[in-house]
Amino acid sequence: MLFPPSHLPSKPLRVVITGAGVITALGRGWRPNAEGFRAGRRAFRPVSLFDVSHQRVKVAAEVDLPELGSEAFPAGRLGRRQLDRLDRAGKMLLLAAQEAWKQSGWQTSEPDADQLPLVLGTTAGGMLLGEAYYRQAVQHPTRQRQQATRAVQYQPQSQGRMVLEALGCSGPVTVISNACASGANAIGHAWDLVRAGRTERVIAGGYDALGQLVFCGFDSLQALSTTVCRPFDAQRDGLALGEGAGIVNMETLDSARRRGAEILGELIGYSTAIDLHHLTQPQPQGKTTVAVMQRACAEAGVTPEGIDYINAHGTGTVLNDNSEATAISEWAGRRAATLPVSSTKAGIGHLLGGAGAVEAVVCLMALREQWMPPQTHFETPDPACKFPVVTRPQDAPLNTVLSNSFGFGGVNAALILRRWA
Amino acid sequence: MSRIFVAGMGAVSPAGWDVGAMRDALDRGVPLPVQSLARPGWDRTLCVRLVPTPIPRPEFLAHPRLRRSSPITHYAAAAALEATAGLRGQAEDEDLRLGIVVCLQTGCVQYTSRFYEETLKNPATASPLFFPETVYAAPTSHVAALLENVVVAHTLVGDSSAYIQGVALASEWLADWRVDACLIIGAEETNWIIPDALRHLDRKAVVAAGAGALCLCRDEMLSSGVELAAITDAHSFASGRSRSLAAKTMREQLGKCAPGEFLADGLGNNPRTDGAEQLAWSDWTGARISPKRVLGEGMMAAAAWQFISACDAVARGQFTAANVSLVGANQQALGARVIAG
Repeated sequence: MLFPPSHLPSKPLRVVITGAGVITALGRGWRPNAEGFRAGRRAFRPVSLFDVSHQRVKVAAEVDLPELGSEAFPAGRLGRRQLDRLDRAGKMLLLAAQEAWKQSGWQTSEPDADQLPLVLGTTAGGMLLGEAYYRQAVQHPTRQRQQATRAVQYQPQSQGRMVLEALGCSGPVTVISNACASGANAIGHAWDLVRAGRTERVIAGGYDALGQLVFCGFDSLQALSTTVCRPFDAQRDGLALGEGAGIVNMETLDSARRRGAEILGELIGYSTAIDLHHLTQPQPQGKTTVAVMQRACAEAGVTPEGIDYINAHGTGTVLNDNSEATAISEWAGRRAATLPVSSTKAGIGHLLGGAGAVEAVVCLMALREQWMPPQTHFETPDPACKFPVVTRPQDAPLNTVLSNSFGFGGVNAALILRRWA
Repeated sequence: MSRIFVAGMGAVSPAGWDVGAMRDALDRGVPLPVQSLARPGWDRTLCVRLVPTPIPRPEFLAHPRLRRSSPITHYAAAAALEATAGLRGQAEDEDLRLGIVVCLQTGCVQYTSRFYEETLKNPATASPLFFPETVYAAPTSHVAALLENVVVAHTLVGDSSAYIQGVALASEWLADWRVDACLIIGAEETNWIIPDALRHLDRKAVVAAGAGALCLCRDEMLSSGVELAAITDAHSFASGRSRSLAAKTMREQLGKCAPGEFLADGLGNNPRTDGAEQLAWSDWTGARISPKRVLGEGMMAAAAWQFISACDAVARGQFTAANVSLVGANQQALGARVIAG
C-alpha cells in the first residue's frame, strides 16, 4: 500500500546507482558522451528536423537516432508496430533506459519486476505527436489516419509504459513535469522512494526531444543565443536547445551488494523548492537556489568545502546565470574562490526535461573517471561569478559533486552525488 | 506514521465555482446541459461541458500573476483558495509550510493550441506571451505565487489515476515533515482539440473542464472530519497486465468494505471504457456516485471531483467511510479510502 506504508526503515537507506543510460547530440551511450564531455566538445548544427527559416536562430544540438530495426536500436520486447508509435522523445527514452538496464544487470525474473517504479521527468513528453495531430486536424480535417494513436502516444505516461514493456517488467509510472527541473526532480523523487524503504529499486530519469513548438517558443522569448551559448560569460546572449535522455537505475546499497553489482556512484543528497518570484525569471539573488543547495548539503552531510565540482544549471541566459552565480557565490562563501563550476549545456544545449537527468549522468562520469567537463567557448567571467569556470579539459580528484536544475515556474532542485571507490 | 486528515476541499466544475454547486448537481443526478464547440474545417460541432463564467468576477483574478493566465489556472486557483480557506484563519497561518501537487492529463491546451497555430502561420510573429503559459508547470507556479506560503511544488502528468499518486506524494511530504499541509489539485481546461481527440477513444464521452482541490494536513485540529485511511499501490497496465486485471487487483487491495460504505467511481457512459472498473466493483451493493455521468469527462479534474465527493460524503456525516476508484485510461489503476476522523 502507498498509504499507510509498511516496513519503513528506522533510518534512511543508502541509495546507489548501478546503471546509467544516456543519449545526447554527442552520441549514444556512456563512452561517446564521456569522451565528448571530457573534451568540452560542442554538438550544435543547423536544425534539420523542422523549418527554421523564419526563426532568429537556426541551430540546435540534434541527436542522430539509429534506424528502427537496426542493430543499433535494440527493441527489447517491443514489436515493430509498438516501436513505430514512438516519436523521437520516446525513442531516446527507450535507448537510454535499455542502456541503464543492461549496465545494472537487473533481471525480469527478480521478484519485484512486476512492481518496479519508473519515475520520469519531461516537459513535452510526446509533443511531436501532438504537433502532428494538430497539423493534420487543421490541414486535413476529415483525415483520421493515425490520429487515435497520436492521441494516446503523445501522453508521457504512454511512453513510460512502453519502456516498461520493452524491459519486460511492470510497475507504477510517475511523470513529473516541473519544466526544466523535471529530470532532477524525477531522480530526487526516486531517491526519496528508495531511501525511505518504499521500494528497493527504481528506474528514473528525464527526456525531451526538439520540436517546432518549443523551439519557436524559446525563440519568441528571444531566449536563444544568436551567437555561441556561453553560460556565465559576461558576453552571453542566451541558451541553445538540445535533445536527449538520461536514465539511472537506483537501488539500496544492500541490494547492490547482495547482487555483487558494479556501483557507479551514490546519490547522497537532494532538495527541491519553489521560487515564487516570476513564471519565467528567477529571483535575482537566487534565494531559493541558496536554500535548496543548503538543504541538499544538509541531507548529504557535507558543507560547501566538501563539494569538489558543481554542474550548474547554467543556461546561458543573462537572468538565469546571474541568479545562479550569485546563489553559488553566496552559498559557497570563501570556498567559492576555488570551487570549479561548469555548465554542460554549452556542449549539448538545454535538454529541458532531460537536462537534470543527463547532467546527473555527466556527474557520474566525472566521478568515475576523475575529470571535470569544460566549457570551451568561454572568455570573460560574469562579475557575479566568484568561482572559477572550468574552461579547459582537465583531470581532477572528485569525490563529491553537486548538480543544479531550475525550471520555468520556479522549481529549483539540487542533487549531490558521491564517488564510489 | 503520522495520521493525515482532510483540511479542506475545493471544486470548480460545469456546475459552478465551489463544492456546493458540484454537490447540488451530483445530488440531483441529472447530467448537466452540454455546449457546442466549433471545430476548424467541420460543419458539425463538438459537445462539451464548460465551466460557467463566474458572476461577479472573483477578486483573486486581479492578482498580477493571473491576469494573463489561462482558464486552467483560474480553475486551479479557485479550487485551491476554497480548499485552504480553513487554514487561512489559523493563528499560525504565516508559518504554515504548504506543498502543492498539481495533476494534469492534457494541461494547458488553450494557449498551446493558440501558440502552435501562430507558429504554423508565421513563427517569426508567434506571441511570446503565450509560450510560457503552454508549460505544464505554469498553473502550479501561478497558484503557488497566489497562495504565497508554498515551499515545495510538483506537477504530475498522467491519466486520471495520477490524482491518487498526487495524494500519495502529498502524504509522503507530510509524513517526512517537509510541509505542514499539502494541496492536491486536479485540473483541466478544454478547447476543440480535446473532444476531437477523445472521440477517437470514447465517442460517448462529453469532455468537461474544471478543477478539484484537496488539502491534507497532519494536525487533527484542522480536520474537516475526514481522515485518509488507505491508498493502494499503483497497478500498471504494462507488460501484459490488462486494465481489468489492474482494476481487480486494486479493488482487492482495498479489501472488504464494511456495510454502509460509500463509493465514488469513475464510470462514464461507455460500456467499453467502463468495463474494467465495472467488473472490479461488480460485488458492490452500497451507495455509489459516478461524478462523470453528471459533470462530464473532466479527466484529472474528474478524478479530483471523485475524491472530493467521497470526502464530502464523509464530512457531512452521510457515511463513515468512502472509497475512491480510479481506473485510468492508459496508465494504471489506484484506489483510496477515507474515513470519518
